[in-house]
Amino acid sequence: MATVELKNLRKTYLTEEIIKGISLSIEEREFVVFVGPSGCGKSTLLRMIAGLEDITSGDLLIDGQRVNDVEPGKRGLAMVFQSYALYPHMNVYKNMEFGLKLSGMPEAERRTKIEHVARTLQLEPYLNHKPGQLSGGQRQRVAIGRAIVRNPKVFLFDEPLSNLDAALRGQMRVELSALHRKLGATTIYVTHDQVEAMTMADKIVVLQKGVVEQIGSPLELYHHPRNLFVARFIGSPPMNFFSAIFQGGDAAGSSVQLRDGSNLYVPVTSPGLLPGTKVTVGIRPEHVELASSGPNSGGVEVIERLGAITLVHVRMPDGEIIVVQTDGAVLTDVDTRVSLTLPPRNCHLFAPDGLAFEACHRHPLAA
Amino acid sequence: MALKTKTSTRIGVTILGWGIALWLFFPIFWMILTSFKSEVQAISTPPKLFFMPTLSSYAEVFERANYWHFALNTVIVSVGATAIAIALAVPAAYSMAFMPSKRTRGTLLWMLSTRMLPPVGVLVPIYILARNTHLLDTCTGLAIVDMLTNLPIIVWMLYTFFREVPAPILEAGRMDGATRWQEMTLVLLPLALPGIASTALLSLILCWNEAFWSLNLTSSHAAPLTAFIASFSSPEGLFFGKLSAASTLAVAPILVFGWISQKQLVRGLTFGAVK
Repeated sequence: MATVELKNLRKTYLTEEIIKGISLSIEEREFVVFVGPSGCGKSTLLRMIAGLEDITSGDLLIDGQRVNDVEPGKRGLAMVFQSYALYPHMNVYKNMEFGLKLSGMPEAERRTKIEHVARTLQLEPYLNHKPGQLSGGQRQRVAIGRAIVRNPKVFLFDEPLSNLDAALRGQMRVELSALHRKLGATTIYVTHDQVEAMTMADKIVVLQKGVVEQIGSPLELYHHPRNLFVARFIGSPPMNFFSAIFQGGDAAGSSVQLRDGSNLYVPVTSPGLLPGTKVTVGIRPEHVELASSGPNSGGVEVIERLGAITLVHVRMPDGEIIVVQTDGAVLTDVDTRVSLTLPPRNCHLFAPDGLAFEACHRHPLAA
Repeated sequence: MALKTKTSTRIGVTILGWGIALWLFFPIFWMILTSFKSEVQAISTPPKLFFMPTLSSYAEVFERANYWHFALNTVIVSVGATAIAIALAVPAAYSMAFMPSKRTRGTLLWMLSTRMLPPVGVLVPIYILARNTHLLDTCTGLAIVDMLTNLPIIVWMLYTFFREVPAPILEAGRMDGATRWQEMTLVLLPLALPGIASTALLSLILCWNEAFWSLNLTSSHAAPLTAFIASFSSPEGLFFGKLSAASTLAVAPILVFGWISQKQLVRGLTFGAVK
């Protein structure tokens, strides 16, 4: 297995810079997920690693070797495409055999390997089928099998589950995680789905407009987002935001005044910030607590009951909507008034430039 | 009610279709009919639809000219020109479809624009080029000119077919370690085979029927079937029976071939729809 290192990678199309200097190092056996909204450059970055796109500047190292100018097939990578990209004119066996044949592996060895992989992926009954005769999930499996059989140093996945329906996607997610644990291969996985990112990744790289916004473990991103973008992108439903005025801070926390005049003392440090500065307070829906009366009250506009949980959309006096995630059995109804409690330890503060203030205490799961 | 309208529309469309088909086919039908008439019957007014068929025109045609010589030239020129054109057009269309640059679109349009030039406009330079390279009245010379005239259309058609092949499939080949050549021959060509076949067929038909360059660049040695037909429209008066017989003999092989490969042709032309 292998390490991958990106050193200030850049990519320019005509005059537009798509990837604006990305540095990243991926350890052996690590499962790294590139996540971000469409157009953030995550797929382009993966294709640059694969060798399907030229690297304008910077260095790409696989196992310490610079591979910028190495042909895709010689980098020791295997890729699973969003559209599966199976060879439609070849049956499943031949699809998996193609790369091995090109590498000059003897027939008997090829057969052993393919049969082994087919058994692992439960593809044995379909070896003589053409891709057109298979279901979406089976095609996906063949695409994964074609990658595994080559025994690559690094697996690349480009949104592999986005063509599957929700149930199958959930199943394949679990299978891929299990497979990764079994093979222990270094994996780079691109998705726009934050659930996939959170559940599968050892390390998530959040990208926006060709720039890395944050690199960290899923829970690190969840508990300690570096800026507003990451805070908004990670977590579903997304974090609530509202503006506040910074009052002052010390080593144990910072005090802000909310719009309704109440004060909130958040355990984050705020070095060098002047009192009176406008800041943004963020809190996740699952951390807001509902009360029937008290300060911070608003009218319930929409209630989404998902069974296990309920999402309550509350319209605050200043017009902003705050989403609260609460118990599935909560009795609150539309048009009633509720009061919200914001536990300070779960609040995030963001400076005017969008950067988060450092929390005084790291979350135990996000060391 | 809706069903009724649909049925009547369908009948109307069927009649229209048959009408157009018969209208298009009529000249060929009349040519074949005339070829079995005697010269007197051929020019009689009103024209006769029912008559005693005779092979006299065919006999005279075979007596006067060596049909097989002309036919062989046509086969050599058409097949040769088509083979070279496909061999050149496949890599060209491949690079334009999968590695387009800023100039791809312009190049394609420029290639097509060469088809808009009347051939007679370049007759003199091409004639002189052919003469200086000793390619006048040779199958090689005619094949090269035919190939060049059809190349733009062939590249365009292949380009269109190749564009239908999803790029990730070729990229998967590249990830699997295929060289550009292997990617083209082992992945792209099998996928685009119906398209390539119908392009080749079209090229074959165009070369078979090409008359302008055949008449101007060949005289005897390399004269193809179009020259064979032309030799029967003599200035001493038209002999419709013999002319029809010669024409029927000239178009028969490609007509039969086209008929047999009709399925392939239609499949190729609707490639995108059945992907």
